[in-house]
Amino acid sequence: MERWYLMTTVVLIGLTVRWTVSLNSYSGAGKPPMFGDYEAQRHWQEITFNLPIKQWYFNSSDNDLLYWGLDYPPLTAYHSLLCAYVAKFINPDWIALHTSRGYESQAHKLFMRTTVLVADLLIYIPAVVLYCCCLKEMSTKKKIANALCILLYPGLILIDYGHFQNIYNSVSLGFALWGVLGVSYDWDLLGSLAFCLAINYKQMELYHSLPFFCFLLGKCFKKGLKGKGFILLIKLACTVVASFILCWLPFFTEREQTLQVLRRLFPVDRGLFEDKVANVWCSFSIFLKIKDILPHHIQIIISFCFTFLSLLPACIKLILQPSPKAFKFTLVTCALSFFLFSFQVHEKSILLVSLPVCLVLSEIPLMSTWFLLVSTFSMLPLLLKDELLMPSVVTMVAFFIACATSFSIFEKTSEEELQLKSFSISVRKYLPYFTFLPRIIQHLFLISIIMMVLLTLMTVTLDPPQKLPDLFSVLVCFVSCLNFLFFLIYFNIIIMWDSKSRRSQKKIS
Amino acid sequence: MAALGIAMGGGNWFSALVLGVTLLKCLLIPTYHSTDFEVHRNWLAITHSLPISQWYYEATSEWTLDYPPFFAWFEYALSHVAKHFDQEMLNVHNLNYASSKTLLFQRFSVIFTDALFVYAVHECCKCIDGKKAGKELTEKPKFILSVLLLWNFGLLIVDHIHFQYNGFLFGLMLLSIARLLQKRHMEGAFLFAVLLHFKHIYLYVAPAYGTYLLRSYCFTANKPEPTASSLFPTLPFQAGPLPCILGSKLLGFVQCFGQSAVCHRLLSVGKAGDASIFLILTTTGHYSLFPLLFTAPELPIKILLMLLFTIYSISSLKTLFRKEKPLFNWMETFYLLGLGPLEVFCEFVFPFTSWKLTYSFIPLFLTSVYCAVGITYAWFKLYVSVLTDPPVGKTKKQ
Repeated sequence: MERWYLMTTVVLIGLTVRWTVSLNSYSGAGKPPMFGDYEAQRHWQEITFNLPIKQWYFNSSDNDLLYWGLDYPPLTAYHSLLCAYVAKFINPDWIALHTSRGYESQAHKLFMRTTVLVADLLIYIPAVVLYCCCLKEMSTKKKIANALCILLYPGLILIDYGHFQNIYNSVSLGFALWGVLGVSYDWDLLGSLAFCLAINYKQMELYHSLPFFCFLLGKCFKKGLKGKGFILLIKLACTVVASFILCWLPFFTEREQTLQVLRRLFPVDRGLFEDKVANVWCSFSIFLKIKDILPHHIQIIISFCFTFLSLLPACIKLILQPSPKAFKFTLVTCALSFFLFSFQVHEKSILLVSLPVCLVLSEIPLMSTWFLLVSTFSMLPLLLKDELLMPSVVTMVAFFIACATSFSIFEKTSEEELQLKSFSISVRKYLPYFTFLPRIIQHLFLISIIMMVLLTLMTVTLDPPQKLPDLFSVLVCFVSCLNFLFFLIYFNIIIMWDSKSRRSQKKIS
Repeated sequence: MAALGIAMGGGNWFSALVLGVTLLKCLLIPTYHSTDFEVHRNWLAITHSLPISQWYYEATSEWTLDYPPFFAWFEYALSHVAKHFDQEMLNVHNLNYASSKTLLFQRFSVIFTDALFVYAVHECCKCIDGKKAGKELTEKPKFILSVLLLWNFGLLIVDHIHFQYNGFLFGLMLLSIARLLQKRHMEGAFLFAVLLHFKHIYLYVAPAYGTYLLRSYCFTANKPEPTASSLFPTLPFQAGPLPCILGSKLLGFVQCFGQSAVCHRLLSVGKAGDASIFLILTTTGHYSLFPLLFTAPELPIKILLMLLFTIYSISSLKTLFRKEKPLFNWMETFYLLGLGPLEVFCEFVFPFTSWKLTYSFIPLFLTSVYCAVGITYAWFKLYVSVLTDPPVGKTKKQ
């Protein structure tokens, strides 16, 4: 592409912002005895380096699972092992068994931050650049601007480089993005392989698995199940099985090994939710404490039903009419459904929704920017706990300005630009006066932004009342949850009404 | 909504650039700062707590006040804001006091006073004609100049990491130059006089100012139209002080380079030949700032920002002058590319060799000598170009 130097400039800006954010504090800094997830990552390097594979996921005198036991799939463990080898080369004290607990130093912080940057540079950033370069019907300048906005998304930067909890989100999201690229451009086998790697890195990527499955299944149907489609289906199945076997090989030798890993990955005996998270169950528990009222297995069943009922329509549509555009939007709705209704959801899981929203930034700039701002805001209590106020505010403002200037978001608010035209036309059959949707959305946007600014100011400047010490965190979660529910409806409308317009267009022609 | 749209979209790229770099400066707040931080804290304390008669005698700290009075007044004014952040920093005996509020105040004061620099850049852009303007915003000389000035690597590293107040001082100088170009000679001269009373090191450019003002304001018979290039025949004087470039006082080296680079930016968007001199001067000069930031966490920052600025400046100027001859000959290209291996050797290879203990000065020595070659070369080239170029009147007709 002609303007390669502008794209390089954009990547350098992205890297600079990432590194400057990483100069700040991290979760659990200087807070014994448990410290935080930074210590968890260091501990996993210690465990994987010093213990044989068979003991990684088991409780033993050398491996106390209550002290940050490994609870991610094998690829994370292998990555930790790789980092451990580098750590050993630089300073063995960092990963010495038992004695390195709670190790904190400037040099070690630098090392850990560097591992995140390297992983980002190798996996996530190239995927973003390639994605933007492959976008169709766009000028080069717009593609570069798109890349800048995606790379400046605050949520991922603040979690991976600031908060440092469950870092390397860029690795799993990067693999998922490679997967999206692969299947969107008909490199189905490579795409599935990349996505399997993503799942085997962090099990939360399962939020994205249904859209991948439905899209690929839809493609097979389209090619005809009696011919090419069937062959594709078999090839995909083999690719998936092979990649899983490859990742889990050391753990497939004994049944107990496999089961123990699964137990660590899916702790079903934990509650419906933990801590404050912007999903429906936590918000609902303000009014009614479902965790205490309903028995455990009922909670699981209700959560399951809500999740699947809300994501089913879009997925079925995707099987029947597979297209890259529908695929991306279904990724959004599916991940959002899981986030809002599923079990044991963490605040950081919103990143799984944010990635597909980044991908549709160019199609619905205003709504995507709005969503991405809310998604970062929803993690505010977490970020403030780690003294990341300044980087949070700075990156959110920078992101907002980048999107506003790149996409002219305030000028593109017509029905068509919000992709609500066919929906509005359908409604107008029953309510001829239904022309005010864009205006409502603009007002909602302004209200949402004002609420976010107000809540941020309140949380930072005021002390909560003594009877309600968690008031501000709960408010943040509640407001974010309302926003997310709105977006769930909005994105579902886009998906369901999209094909109808195409069908009616076909009828006309 | 529409009003917001007009404010944010359209041609407001200048505001976006300013906001963007300001946000970057905010992100640089937690970076390493040098002893200059303590210097300025001490001056805040001196000017706030002591009567004027004591300001230049006070010597509790080793960093005594050694700038002209206007800078002292400037610190005095800042101290009245400082007291609302942390009163303790204004105590002369609190040596090396660096609480988080002190840090925040000092960093924000640099960011805030950069507003003068932003205004000056805006005024300078008005003096640039858009003859070479392409349709694309990113190819307009005004845009390129704004980026090269506002996002200048040297200023970011020295002001917002190392810690100094060069931004607003360069702003004063740039503003005085802009006024001269706008034929507002008295204002320009006044602003320069004010500048000298802030920081006396700008005496280096006084001969240039003096000569120019004599010629274009005092003795004005058959005077050609003033343009950016007519100001610059006198510039070689200020790129001149070789002892300062080759000397051991790195920071004094920094000042010379900064001034010449700032002026050069104005030139560089005008002519291809000047653009090439500018690029050699800037790239080499920027690289010479590397030893200022010797801490490990800042290493990626300085490399990333240097790459960012260098790649952008070379590519954008190459695009601007793509219809003329290439910007660099093979020797210059080779020299500039040599900065890469030099950096790798000095920061990644040498520290792991056995020479580190006995010959620890080698990286600094190599950096200084290598950069001195480039800067001296740029100076000679500029002199030659200025003496051999046709007079301004004729070029205007062409």
